[in-house]
Amino acid sequence: MTAATFGAAPKTNESVSVNKRSKTGAIIHIILVVLVMAILLGIPFWLLIVTAGKSQAEAIVPNMSLPSHWQLLENFKTVLTDGEMIKAFFGSIVVTVPSVFLALLFGSMASWILARRTTKPMALVYTLGISGLILPPAVVTVMMLLKMIGLSGTAPGMIGVYIGIYMSTVIFFVTGFIRTIPISLEEAARMDGAKPMRIFFTIILPLLGPTLATATILVTLYIWNDVFYSLFILSGKMDLLPLNLYNVASAGLYLNNWHLIFAYIILMSLPLLLIFAFTQRKIISGITGGAVK
Amino acid sequence: MSTLNTSPKARAARRGREGGGTLKKLMQQNYPVRYLVPAYIMLLIFFFVPTVLNFIYAFTNWSAFSKTIEFNGFDNFIELFQSGTLLRDLRVTLVYAILVAVFQNTFGLILAVFLEEDTRINRFARVMFFVPVIMSALAVGYIWQAVLKTDGALNQILSFFTGQNIDVAWLGSTTWTIVVVAAIHGWKWMGLSMLVFLAGLKTIDSDVLEAAAIDGANRFQVFWRIKFPLLAPAFTFNVATSLLGSMNGFDIVQATTQGGPGGTTEILNLFIWRTFGQGLYSQSTTMSLVLFVMVLIIAVPLIWYLRRREAKIL
Repeated sequence: MTAATFGAAPKTNESVSVNKRSKTGAIIHIILVVLVMAILLGIPFWLLIVTAGKSQAEAIVPNMSLPSHWQLLENFKTVLTDGEMIKAFFGSIVVTVPSVFLALLFGSMASWILARRTTKPMALVYTLGISGLILPPAVVTVMMLLKMIGLSGTAPGMIGVYIGIYMSTVIFFVTGFIRTIPISLEEAARMDGAKPMRIFFTIILPLLGPTLATATILVTLYIWNDVFYSLFILSGKMDLLPLNLYNVASAGLYLNNWHLIFAYIILMSLPLLLIFAFTQRKIISGITGGAVK
Repeated sequence: MSTLNTSPKARAARRGREGGGTLKKLMQQNYPVRYLVPAYIMLLIFFFVPTVLNFIYAFTNWSAFSKTIEFNGFDNFIELFQSGTLLRDLRVTLVYAILVAVFQNTFGLILAVFLEEDTRINRFARVMFFVPVIMSALAVGYIWQAVLKTDGALNQILSFFTGQNIDVAWLGSTTWTIVVVAAIHGWKWMGLSMLVFLAGLKTIDSDVLEAAAIDGANRFQVFWRIKFPLLAPAFTFNVATSLLGSMNGFDIVQATTQGGPGGTTEILNLFIWRTFGQGLYSQSTTMSLVLFVMVLIIAVPLIWYLRRREAKIL
């Protein structure tokens, strides 16, 4: 890691001075980047891919060697059929999509009011609204509450819990953003007789694009990959991808079946990785733009 | 609402926000409170009510084994305290959170500085370092378990390079395993910290850096005296999110050590899940309340301090 610091240092000076970076400096930098990536990312991901392509006998002690013959597709097929991945995939979709959509819609509506009404009571309401950014959800009692209203172990219950947990993130990001939108746009429309609903959906919501994109990414990441809350809420009555991974990895069936666990991990990560591969530029600029103002 | 009587009111609204009764009515007309309702109903049912219930049920004997639920005062707390679990898990969670914050942000800052320039390879590296952020934390935990097992990949690599047989039990030490697991957590999220620091670095005015260079500041001085202080907002965001994320952690520890060896990596959420599975709901709830109070005591003053630090610098 110290090498990395030194590698960065010449660069720092470059951005200041007018001169172009020296050729050797650039080459050393490239070598360092490749080296750091090889150690920090190469080892775990190489292990993931080669192990997922091995037979059970070869994978029992995970190592860096290539499989004697690749059976990645066979392993994929095994986890898809025996691991009930397809059901879990649709479970994840059924829970994630409505949670993210509703959290963003409800959160944006509330944020509009919170950003525009600046009275003291409203400031308190806002503080309550973003309290979930800091406070940990009461996961045991929320499960009990769902049991009482008959939603435990169901998709709507899970969706509600996710919305409750991540609403604060949405309100925080969106309220901050709406405050930077000049109010004159709304006033012009209001003078033309537009009702609040029209103003919100035709003026405010379209302007929220970048910040909603950031919030979507973060909330989707959290929900798609969550296992802790779904362990409590679903209690085995519904399958989600990470929950399924947890179950198969803890169950005797998969004990020492590293090749299957890793095949599962690759398949499970693919949807988000593919989305990321096609939108990485937007995602990265969205996060960097939204987080620090 | 006709156009004629709207415009003067709108103008009045622009002039003074904190006005009299008409303004209040106007605000209600233009920004109706009913827009708050869906969001706050969800918050109420799925966040606030459970939180309040948490304060109640932590003082009961609620469990899978008793038919009735009765108040038992501080019995749960006393029991957890006397068994030593309360203090141990609190300490483990605190140590874990601090280590994660240190690892995640040190890695993230070094990467950000290292990959700051917009060259093709740097851009590629940034994307690659973001991949662990996208992956499931549980999956990350299993991968690292395979790397760090005593007969796992890392020991094999070390044995290969040193020529000796190395069999360090990375996940089996009662002292050091928590550091290893926190490093894995830091590794998973360092890409996010990196991006936030990069965003902060991008906002620094190049004139300031040029002025420093003309004044003869070396690159260490430029970094520590100018760039690092100006990264204050990014620093606040990263420290707060990494601390909160790790205090609420579960997946990575569960996938690598399951709290072991000997409970030395049992963070609070692990205890909550374990005792919940045993049917001891009130103990689980009590620990959940402990976590709540701990986060409140640590996070609120810390964020307040970091924001004040920002205000002083900027």
